[in-house]
Amino acid sequence: MLIFPTWKKALVVIVCALGVLYAAPNFLSDETAQSIEDALPDYWPGKKINLGLDLRGGSYLLLEVQGDVVIEERLENTVDAVRRALREARVGYKPPPHVEGTAIKFRISDPTRIGDIERSMRDVAPDMVVASDEGGSFTLTYTESEIAAIKTRTLNQSIEIVRRRIDASGTKEPLIQRQGNDRILLQLPGIDDPERIKDLLGDTAKMTFQFQSETMSLEEAQLKGVPPGHVIVESEESEFVKYLLERRVIVSGANLIDAQATFDQNNQPAVSFRFDAVGAQKFAKATQDNVGRVFAIVLDGKVISAPVIRTAILGGSGQITGNFTTTETRDLSLLLRAGALPAPLVVIEERTVGPGLGQDSIEAGEIASLLGLGLVVVFMLLAYGLFGALADIALAFNVLLIMGLLSLLQATLTLPGIAGIALTIGMAVDANVLIFERIREEARAGRTPVNAVDAGYKRAITTIIDANLTTFIAALLLFIFGSGPVKGFSVTLMIGIATSMFTAILLTRLLVVTWLRRRRPAELPI
Amino acid sequence: MKKLRIVPADTAINFIGRRLIAFAFSAVLVLGSLGVAATSGLNLGIDFLGGILLEVQTKEKADLASLRSDLGSLGLGEVSLQGFGAEDVVLIRVQRQEGGDVAQQAAIKKIRDRLGDTVKEYRRTETVGPTVGEELKEAAIWAIGSAIIAILIYIWFRFEWQFGIAAIIALIHDVLSTIGLFALFQLEFNLATVAAVLTIAGYSINDTVVVFDRVRENLRKYKKMPLPELFNLSINETLSRTTITSLTTLLALGALFFFGGEVISGFSIALIWGVVIGTYSSIALAVPVLLYLDIDRGLGEEDAGPGLEAAG
Repeated sequence: MLIFPTWKKALVVIVCALGVLYAAPNFLSDETAQSIEDALPDYWPGKKINLGLDLRGGSYLLLEVQGDVVIEERLENTVDAVRRALREARVGYKPPPHVEGTAIKFRISDPTRIGDIERSMRDVAPDMVVASDEGGSFTLTYTESEIAAIKTRTLNQSIEIVRRRIDASGTKEPLIQRQGNDRILLQLPGIDDPERIKDLLGDTAKMTFQFQSETMSLEEAQLKGVPPGHVIVESEESEFVKYLLERRVIVSGANLIDAQATFDQNNQPAVSFRFDAVGAQKFAKATQDNVGRVFAIVLDGKVISAPVIRTAILGGSGQITGNFTTTETRDLSLLLRAGALPAPLVVIEERTVGPGLGQDSIEAGEIASLLGLGLVVVFMLLAYGLFGALADIALAFNVLLIMGLLSLLQATLTLPGIAGIALTIGMAVDANVLIFERIREEARAGRTPVNAVDAGYKRAITTIIDANLTTFIAALLLFIFGSGPVKGFSVTLMIGIATSMFTAILLTRLLVVTWLRRRRPAELPI
Repeated sequence: MKKLRIVPADTAINFIGRRLIAFAFSAVLVLGSLGVAATSGLNLGIDFLGGILLEVQTKEKADLASLRSDLGSLGLGEVSLQGFGAEDVVLIRVQRQEGGDVAQQAAIKKIRDRLGDTVKEYRRTETVGPTVGEELKEAAIWAIGSAIIAILIYIWFRFEWQFGIAAIIALIHDVLSTIGLFALFQLEFNLATVAAVLTIAGYSINDTVVVFDRVRENLRKYKKMPLPELFNLSINETLSRTTITSLTTLLALGALFFFGGEVISGFSIALIWGVVIGTYSSIALAVPVLLYLDIDRGLGEEDAGPGLEAAG
């Protein structure tokens, strides 16, 4: 019964050695660890534990993509197209095409034209379902699946744009993840000013070039109502300055290939831009045909400047001047380069930890864990003597194994995770306590030391498994339902349960058996 | 070396005989917890309610009164301030803003503008919008509910149903009284607290299972022994383990509470309470309740007495 198969011995030794090996980098300073990792071959473990944002400092942002806006926008654009098509077909309508929920509705006054209008509607809005009745009422709707497809597309585009903007802002190791159907999760370690990032993400940066209206003046429109195909847009500088613009977009930011912060001839901060071939051509044609007209540069629904076209702009490049600071021109050019977001983003959850608090938490966590470890070690020595010392050795390996596994899996260690380790330290000795108490009992019942140890292990083991599995279940559910730091807690708790069972059942047993074999004691010092 | 014995080797405490005292105490504890939770409610954190939390380190010693009037005049609804650990650290809580997620972000901007350069570092910024708050609340309820059910199913498989019921009674007792503790002292109930409650559930069951294992073993061993006597024997036999494990866990948690920093002190309190109450309930509640659940002592195979069983 003192036989401990060689393969088991080998297993214990190998696992413990691997644990030490993987845990080792965590005891080195960043520079030393890095230089050692560079010097050693790739398969050699050199990774430190991945600290959560609550420990290293950084920002966790959950963004919601306002996909409905895209659908509204598309509906508005389609209404314009429908109206143009009806006019071209010379069909009267009442009520005119308008948006109702996610549908466009109108009624034509000449029911005999239903057939050909239906055909032309299919051309105008190929992604919508066209329905009509005998009275000439038309309804154009998006199907559920089309709406879902639009939203998915919007989300994917948004993620791409967010990635470009974050990369351009110089944030290191950002994590950008899709979450659900309309959310983006951002983890930005070590940024010191989350407000600037939020500002960068808060602008959709949709830029368009539109002509000022020729049909009527702003004052007229304000009195008589905005003519169809036109829109009133506020100026960026003041809400009292407004422009009446054509809805039609000459060129949009989508055709930009470059934008840079620069200064204009008066040495004021400005943004220079360049169009791609298509954009340059459109822009050239529009400016050639409309010398003397005013066009507006509209950014996110605000007019940032409205220059008069003096000559045709053929080169496909230009400059935006406005009331900018240098930071603004830098950010604006970044946003224009990265492209417009298809829909606005809203921050629905933010958790930011500054570097100071993170450092404090690491220190506090270290002190608390080490102190807890020390207390437990002393207590076990006092309670079980030599056996307590063996359990303490196992406990030390247990902590190393937890660190090693965390490094290996690159699981994230959070502040509650440190609490999980402290808790594990307290609970890890439980398995040994169960076994030792059992051995004490068996010894009292008159068994020889060897028999008592053997029976103690045998009988305690089912209890140990039962007890640990229940805690493991709780931890697993926490992992499934939890988020962020709480998830980190469940990870360390699960790892801790696994390693503590290993060290208690196999490692201490090996130690106890080895000691029994060497000494052959007549009485157990327990 | 003389060993430290927390509990003498042979105790014969009559736990079962005193069960009514424990039942009365537990009844008062649970009813009181429910009562306090119903009347004064839980101090739900922004994780569940939505809102804004800022932990701010000021350049000089924080002047709470002037900060309070400064931020109070922003028109953001209820703003509460509290010193947090050091004298230059302030915790600012702002209620959830009307007008959804956009309004929350606007409110943070306003606060940061108003605080201006009195601030040395924004140690922590947390905002939770109304939708996310609802989702987190839902996830928390699911987590606790499904954990209890999963543990119940496990116990059901491993033991007879009577044990399952007794274990769940003890478990619910522990969870409810923890919630009561949070309601009574108005400690912030947040996501970390839910994690603590679940851990308590795990620990409570862990403790109960150890005693139950012994009860089951003794039921097989001593076919004729009256149940109260057998239960007392089982509890006393495992008493040393129960107390030692609770003590080591409490030592580690105590270190966490005193030195682990302000951010997780609430979490540590919950765990400490859970260990104490979990230990109590497995001894004084879970086992005595078995008396009323009509345990089937059945005709399982007769076990030999201790010491005679072949070991090996």
